[in-house]
Amino acid sequence: MVKALASARRHRFAPVVLMLFALLAVGGIYAVAAPQAAVADSASQDDVTEGEKLFQANCASCHGPSAEGRTDVAPSLIGVGAASVHFQVSTGRMPMAANAPQAPEKGVQFSTEQTAQLAAYVASLAPGPAIPDGEQVDPALGDAANGMLVFRTNCAMCHNAVGAGGALSEGKYAPSLFNSTPTEIYEAMLTGPQSMPVFNDENITPEAKRDVIAYLMEQRADDSSPGGANLGAIGPVSEGMWVWIIGMGALIGASVWIGAKSS
Amino acid sequence: MSDLTKSEHVTPPGASDPLSVGERELDRFPNPGLPEHKHRLSDESEAGSKRVERQIVILFVLSLLASIGGVVGYFAFPVGVTLGSVQASTLSIGLGLGVGMLGIGIAAVHWAKALMSDVEQVDERHAQRSDDATRAAAVQALKDGADDSRIARRPVLKGALVSAVAVAPLAFVVPLVGNLGGDWNVSKFRYTMWGPGVRLARDPDGGLIRPEQVTIGSVWHVIPDGLLGSEHMLEEKAKAVVLMVRMNPTELTEAPERADWSWDGIVAYSKVCTHVGCPVALYEQQTHHLLCPCHQSTFDVSDGAKVVFGPAKRALPQLPITVDDEGYLVARSDFTEMVGPSTWERERYTDLPVSDEEKAH
Repeated sequence: MVKALASARRHRFAPVVLMLFALLAVGGIYAVAAPQAAVADSASQDDVTEGEKLFQANCASCHGPSAEGRTDVAPSLIGVGAASVHFQVSTGRMPMAANAPQAPEKGVQFSTEQTAQLAAYVASLAPGPAIPDGEQVDPALGDAANGMLVFRTNCAMCHNAVGAGGALSEGKYAPSLFNSTPTEIYEAMLTGPQSMPVFNDENITPEAKRDVIAYLMEQRADDSSPGGANLGAIGPVSEGMWVWIIGMGALIGASVWIGAKSS
Repeated sequence: MSDLTKSEHVTPPGASDPLSVGERELDRFPNPGLPEHKHRLSDESEAGSKRVERQIVILFVLSLLASIGGVVGYFAFPVGVTLGSVQASTLSIGLGLGVGMLGIGIAAVHWAKALMSDVEQVDERHAQRSDDATRAAAVQALKDGADDSRIARRPVLKGALVSAVAVAPLAFVVPLVGNLGGDWNVSKFRYTMWGPGVRLARDPDGGLIRPEQVTIGSVWHVIPDGLLGSEHMLEEKAKAVVLMVRMNPTELTEAPERADWSWDGIVAYSKVCTHVGCPVALYEQQTHHLLCPCHQSTFDVSDGAKVVFGPAKRALPQLPITVDDEGYLVARSDFTEMVGPSTWERERYTDLPVSDEEKAH
């Protein structure tokens, strides 16, 4: 038998047979192990199951095996909803890299599909805010003027008048909103991540939330700073730097030039 | 002055060297005098002077063109409704003015430095004190004048003169000070629009609030119902703004006398900082700390809004709230103390029972 195989090895059809076997094997493995096409809109039972596996592998060490949270380590995730999971995971804030006053935005750890599976799992634990759909966050449908009123009252004290961000206490900060997607902005208002309070739909209605998004998107337009360079729009810090270093430097230079002898 | 300074130098007895030991330490370096006069390029050749003249003319022409450009810009870019037209208008007028002025200034300085006479001159300072004879003459002239007016012997005249001079400035000092505040009724800072039964409304749109809408962890910026469209709206809003949060009742520490000032974990506090009156509104949901953006005063909302950090000295005044028959959140009364920064009248208006008559006042 072994001899027969050994001689067949040199048969001129051997490479073809081997190739067929290899193709079959790859195809079979792919059929079993390939990831399912992402279903973002409706979470299936498969998503919940896959999400639970991901949760157990990546999140349970802090948030507990049933997402019930651990005292002084991590909050319970029961009832936080899919919106909260999508916000935290799709911006890279979770999983947290180190124990710190604030989980910073960083490289995203999970694919879009895995994020959706995690969100589906956490949403299956208890009802909570869902991920907003495209129409809810479409800035073109919002009223930027009303958005400014709402933003000025509720958001500007921490996030700066145009959303450039600002400092809080003890190393915490309100991040800049210049690179946040409309969905992330909506989810943050709805779920109140970290230090941020919750702005539920009774406080800021879904329409007003969309207005806020429209206002923030308008701040990113090319002509949003008619006064010239906005210097990061962070107010007196960068403007003062400019005045003291560039402005005063030019004045000192001019004084030296006036006092110097002509050559 | 140099002569005077030299005459003060004391030569110790017996020292043959004019520079004494003490002076030698101070004057280790000989006075280098003025540096040797060096002529400028424009002094040394006609071509150099022509070149400088050309530079100055170019600067003046640049200024001229910029000024004309500014005027042209004013007509070319009318300020329309779009931000772009405002930008073009201000930019062209500003550049015209700026370069126009700067060109004249640089040209004038360059002219003075490079073309005008560069002869160095030394002007010694003279002593500030007049000589004795001049001083005596000045004093005598004043005395003669006083004697001539006989003011010492005419006390009524003297009194009239002093009174007239003293009273004259009142004609502009009194209106000046009187117009400063316009209104000296400080007690109005004691009262806000809040009162028994005044409903809490959402800032900025004025929607009424039910307690079940205020979920745990959320923060509401609140104004009194009826504020929108009222007379003196901004003044009243500045006094009456309130921040309302709901937290788990187990996390809330309440003074026994204020036990009925909250509603099921919902507490409302004045948003006006007790330090210098900035709006305190940076609420950190996890720590329940409320941070003032101006000077970082931090208040603990879970514990009577007491000060935990920063320059503020007093806790934020709490607005007592309850729920009315129709299920809306309402104030139980006005604040029981003055909101905002301390004033010297504050004590007079603190912890007094608030009657409607007082409020009407």
